[in-house]
Amino acid sequence: MAESDNIVVETAEKIFADLADPQTINNDKKNSWQAPLWQALSEAGLPLSWVPDDLGGSGASLADGFALLNAAGRFAVAVPLAETMLAGWLLAQAKIASPEGEMTVLPASPRDRITLDADGSLSGRARGVPFAKTAKHFAVLAHGKDGASIALVDAGKGRIESGLNVGYDHSDTVTLDKVQPVTLKAAPKGLDQTTLMLMGGVARSLQIAGALESMLDISVRYSNERVAFEKKISKFQAVQHNLARLAGESAAALAAATSAADAIANAEAFNDEVYLEAASAKIRCAEAAEKGGAIAHQVHGAIGFTMEHILHRYSLRALAWRDDFGSESHWAVELGKLVASRGADELWPLVASR
Amino acid sequence: MTAALRFDPIRLPEKCEQLRKEVRAFLAEEIAAGTFDPHKPNREDTDAPEFSRRVGAKGWLGMTWPKKYGGQERSFLERYVVTEEMRVANAPTRRFFVADRQSGPVLLKYAPEHIKMDILPRICRGEICFAIGMSEPNSGSDLFAAKTRATKTDGGYLINGTKIWTSSAHIADYMIAIFRTSQPTKENRRHGLTQFLVKMKQPGIKVNPIGQITGQYEFNEVVFTDFFVPDDHVLGEVDGAWKQATSELAYERSGPERFLETYYVLTELVRAVGPNPDTRSAEGIGRLVAQLHTMRRMSVSVAGMLQAGKEPVVEASIVKDIGTVWEQQLPHRVRDLAAFVEETATNRETLERQLDFAIKTAPKLTIQGGTTEVLRGIIARGLGLR
Repeated sequence: MAESDNIVVETAEKIFADLADPQTINNDKKNSWQAPLWQALSEAGLPLSWVPDDLGGSGASLADGFALLNAAGRFAVAVPLAETMLAGWLLAQAKIASPEGEMTVLPASPRDRITLDADGSLSGRARGVPFAKTAKHFAVLAHGKDGASIALVDAGKGRIESGLNVGYDHSDTVTLDKVQPVTLKAAPKGLDQTTLMLMGGVARSLQIAGALESMLDISVRYSNERVAFEKKISKFQAVQHNLARLAGESAAALAAATSAADAIANAEAFNDEVYLEAASAKIRCAEAAEKGGAIAHQVHGAIGFTMEHILHRYSLRALAWRDDFGSESHWAVELGKLVASRGADELWPLVASR
Repeated sequence: MTAALRFDPIRLPEKCEQLRKEVRAFLAEEIAAGTFDPHKPNREDTDAPEFSRRVGAKGWLGMTWPKKYGGQERSFLERYVVTEEMRVANAPTRRFFVADRQSGPVLLKYAPEHIKMDILPRICRGEICFAIGMSEPNSGSDLFAAKTRATKTDGGYLINGTKIWTSSAHIADYMIAIFRTSQPTKENRRHGLTQFLVKMKQPGIKVNPIGQITGQYEFNEVVFTDFFVPDDHVLGEVDGAWKQATSELAYERSGPERFLETYYVLTELVRAVGPNPDTRSAEGIGRLVAQLHTMRRMSVSVAGMLQAGKEPVVEASIVKDIGTVWEQQLPHRVRDLAAFVEETATNRETLERQLDFAIKTAPKLTIQGGTTEVLRGIIARGLGLR
C-alpha cells in the first residue's frame, strides 16, 4: 500500500514524516528523536490501536492496525510500536486492560515456553524478545495444567540479558523466575502460542513489506541520480533488470503480507486457510528481505554500505525481522507438515480457498 | 513513492466458489470417462475437440463477453476460477485456450460487427481454435522488426512471408497476425504494422510443424504465399498495430497459466513423501507452497484490478516474471526434494515420468508470450527508469 487510505495510517505517516525523517534520525547518534516520536505516537493512541476503548486503547480495527504496521515498516523506526500493539492485542484477548507505556510480548519464538505454576507465578526463558530492555510491561502467554493463560507482567520483575539484532535494535533474553504477574486470566478458547506467533509473524511480514517498498523507492531514486560511465546508472540494462527484480520481491512481500492481514482481519478462527496465509507471508517476506535487500545494496554500491547512508536502516531491519515469531525455516517446516498431513489431493483446495 | 505498486487482497466472491464446485464436478466426470489423465501433463499436442465443445456447452468459454456474441457477461474472477481449475487438472485446453483468453477479446475490440457475430459465438461453443502470428524468423521479442508483407490489392491484401513458433497453427481455424503494411518511419520504428484476422486451412498457407525438445510438435512455421485477406479482416487501425498491443498484455500475462504450468510435480511430491515427511522435505514443500500461494494471491489481485476496469500492466508483468521463473525452477526443486523419497512410494514412477517431462518443458516458460528480459524492461519503464 503505497498510499494511505485510512485515518490511522494518515495520522501515523504524518507523525513519522515530522519526527522520524530517516536522514535526520540516522545522523542523530544520541537517539534524541526516540522520546518525542514515542510521545507523539502515544498521544495519537497508535501503540494501543488494537485495544478496545474500555480497556484503555483506541479501538481501531485489526485491518487498520495491520495497515499501520505496513506504514511503520516503510519508515523502519526503532520504537516498539508493533510490539506494544501486539502486547495490547494479546492482553485484550483476555479482557486485560493495557497500561501506559512501552510493552512487548513473550515468548517471541515458537521454541520458547513460559509456564504457569500452581501458585500463579510465571517461569521460563524467552529469547529474542524485541525491545524487552526498554519495555515497562510484558504481555505474556503462559501454559499451565489448565491450558493457556495471558498475563500482564511488570518488566522490572524479569531478568534481562540485553542483546542487539542484526538491525541494531534491542532483542533481549528475558528470564522469569517465579514472577507474580500484575494480572492473570485464562486465554480464550482457540488462542494458543501458535496463534500468537502467527499474529506476530504477520506483523513482521507487513513491516518487511514496508521496508522493501522504501528500499525500492530509494534505490530507484539513487539510480536516477548516480552517474557512472558518463550516464545515469538507471540507463544500464543490468541495473534496470536488477531493479525490476527488486520491484518483484517488494510486490510479492506486499501481496503476501496484506493478503494474510486481510485473512486474519476477516477470519472467525485460526483455521488451515488462515494458517496458510500467515505462514506463507512470513516465509515469502523473509525470502524477499534477503533477495530484495541484496539488490538494493548492489544498486547503491559502497555508499549503501556506510552507516551514514539510510539504506541499512531498512535492509538490516528487514533481515532482523525475519527472526522474530518464528523464522521462515520454522514456518516452512510447519506448513510442509500441514500440507503433507492433509494429503496431496487436498493441497490445491487449500491454495484455492480464497 | 516512485513505485506505487498495488496488490489489493481480493477475495473471490461466493458465486466463484459455487462455480468452482461445478468445474471440479465436470472435470471429475471427464476424467472418469477417460477424456484425459490428470497425472499426465503431455497435453500440449493433444487435441480434444469434443472436450472443447463440452466446455463451451457449459458456458465457460467467452464467459465475460456480451450475451449477443454468445458470452455470459460474467466477471473476470469467475473466468479466473475456471482457468485455474482446468490448469490444475491438466485438462486438454489447447484447442480453446488462446481464443478464449486473447483472440476473442481482440475481435471484440477491433473486428467489424458481422465478423464478431460470425466468429465469437463459435469460440463460445468451443468449435474453433486460434493461433497468434507474431514472431518471424528474424523477429521474436523485437515484434516491430516483423517483415511479412501485406500488400494492398483489390478488395483486400496479399500476404507474403513467414511466421514462426506459432503454437497450434496446425490445428487452428484462424490466426490473428501482424503484417507489415508500410515501412517504419524515422520518428516511429513501430509504425507500419497492421493486425489481421486470417482464415487458416486455405491455399496460400503452408503449415510446417517444428519438433520441440520435449519430443512434441506443438509450434510451427507458417508460410504465406500470395495469400488473400479481405479488407474487412483488418483489425483496428492500418499501420497502427503498435497502439493496440499493450492493453492486451495485462490479460495475457497475469493468469494462473503463468505459474501453474508445472504444478503437477508439486502435488505428486506431496503424495510421494506421505503424511509424515522428514524435516528436509517438510521445509522444502513448505517454502514451495508459500511461494505458490503468494503468486496466486498476486495473480488473483490483478484479475480483481482488471475486473475493476484498471490496466495493471506493470503488476501483470511482475506476476509473469516471478511466476514463470518459479514454474521453471519448480521441477528442479522437486527433483532435489524427491532424491530421498522411499523406493516403495507407490507413485514413484508417476513422479519420475512427470519430472522428465517438466524438466524438458521448463526452458520455454520464460520465453513464450514475452521473455523475462522483455518483462523486466516493461517493469523498469513502469519504475521510471526508461
